[in-house]
Amino acid sequence: MEGLQTWWEGIQKQFYINFIEDNRWKYLWDGLGVTLQLTFCAVLIGIVLGVILAMIRSTYDKNYREMRPGFSRFVLKILDVIARIYLTVIRGTPVVVQLMIMYYIILASSNNKLMVGMIAFGVNSGAYVAEIVRSGIMSIDGGQFEAGRSLGFNYVQTMRYVIIPQALKNVLPALANEFIVLLKETSVAGYIAMQDLTKGGDIIRGATYSPFMPLIGVALIYLVMVMFFTFLVNKLERRLRNSER
Amino acid sequence: MSGNESLIRVENLQKHYNKGAIKALDGINTEIKKGEVVVVIGPSGSGKSTFLRCLNLLEVPTGGHIYFDGVDITDVKTDINIHRQRMGMVFQHFNLFPHMTILKNMIIAPMKLQGKSEAEATEMAMSLLRRVGLEDRANAYPSQLSGGQKQRIAIVRALCMQPEVMLFDEPTSALDPEMVGEVLEVMKQLADENMTMVVVTHEMGFAREVATRVMFMADGRQVEEGTPEEIFTNPKSERLQTFLAKVL
Repeated sequence: MEGLQTWWEGIQKQFYINFIEDNRWKYLWDGLGVTLQLTFCAVLIGIVLGVILAMIRSTYDKNYREMRPGFSRFVLKILDVIARIYLTVIRGTPVVVQLMIMYYIILASSNNKLMVGMIAFGVNSGAYVAEIVRSGIMSIDGGQFEAGRSLGFNYVQTMRYVIIPQALKNVLPALANEFIVLLKETSVAGYIAMQDLTKGGDIIRGATYSPFMPLIGVALIYLVMVMFFTFLVNKLERRLRNSER
Repeated sequence: MSGNESLIRVENLQKHYNKGAIKALDGINTEIKKGEVVVVIGPSGSGKSTFLRCLNLLEVPTGGHIYFDGVDITDVKTDINIHRQRMGMVFQHFNLFPHMTILKNMIIAPMKLQGKSEAEATEMAMSLLRRVGLEDRANAYPSQLSGGQKQRIAIVRALCMQPEVMLFDEPTSALDPEMVGEVLEVMKQLADENMTMVVVTHEMGFAREVATRVMFMADGRQVEEGTPEEIFTNPKSERLQTFLAKVL
């Protein structure tokens, strides 16, 4: 009984030292804000990049062989080569390395770490989103495309009004999943001295020399967020399945 | 409407696959005049669908020319999108846009391509819907409709662009038998209003009753052409005779 009480008092003390004293909880709170901002903006950049890349790749796959030789065929070939290189490089290197290259080399002149992080994670996410969206575009029946073209829409208009909305709807759960993955991936933002959630916990650990509370606390916060977003994705999936199609 | 003005002229149209090993279309020549209803019949694999799809360049011909209203649309420099706005097309599998309501399906092209206001486009769409008796389904989604209803919507969706010619690619082949009639009825109405139509179909009754000209195709060529009377009661070629013996 006595032992239990000392243990409980120890926990309380640890909690006080790590989170309450000197307002240390603020490191986690501010870090959480940075993590969420970073993730949301990176996902937006990723979706924009991904949709563009997916359009290039699927256009190439579907049309290149039947296209008449000419300028547009040449441009498509070039765009496809660029897209392929981008996908290979991004998916073939670790995101931490990409982040550091972005911060120390490509955008070395910028002091805005948050922006650099958003761009680095956005560019990274774009490659994965591209493959998700491409599979969505390829899953749309060819008749949809022909119907759009037969009404007089050009290629881009048909994509925009007919194909992409359906493709995005089909891959929405996969995209939401990419968001969850990215949420966890941003935990390496500390490598460029960004104070995200993980870094916040680490700063507390450095100040109090007790790793247990801050690290378990950080882990719990990630876990709760992921569980919450997973719950939303499942709900979304169920609603999409029930909606008319 | 005058009945003699040429709308589409097809010259030596060819569609080859595998560098000429397969000749889906092997030199088609024909002329479609305003107000004509041309019904294309023939055994499967005869190239009739390919021929129809070449008319609006959904299928790009490998040789020959197609003139639409005097313009060579097979010319690389021609902007096909502008000409497609004047050619409606109806598909075997309807191809309605499943993510849009019926009304949206109908008004999106006139709004985006012809610069119509939403009110203007909606008004026209509703009057077309009334004509086919589906005005109460304007806010439904395609998946909530029967096959026959979908195809009638597909027809009026194409009509919303006020096309000068309507192309039908086996419009009743994917329908349950009891729904074929309602679609043919709409097509018949269109023909009565002097719409120029090119119809690929297996409905011989429709061909006989509505066509001004029937074109019989086999092996990528037009084997015989004439009025329904000539084709159905007095077929000349052996190919057509065997075909008719099988389908009638």
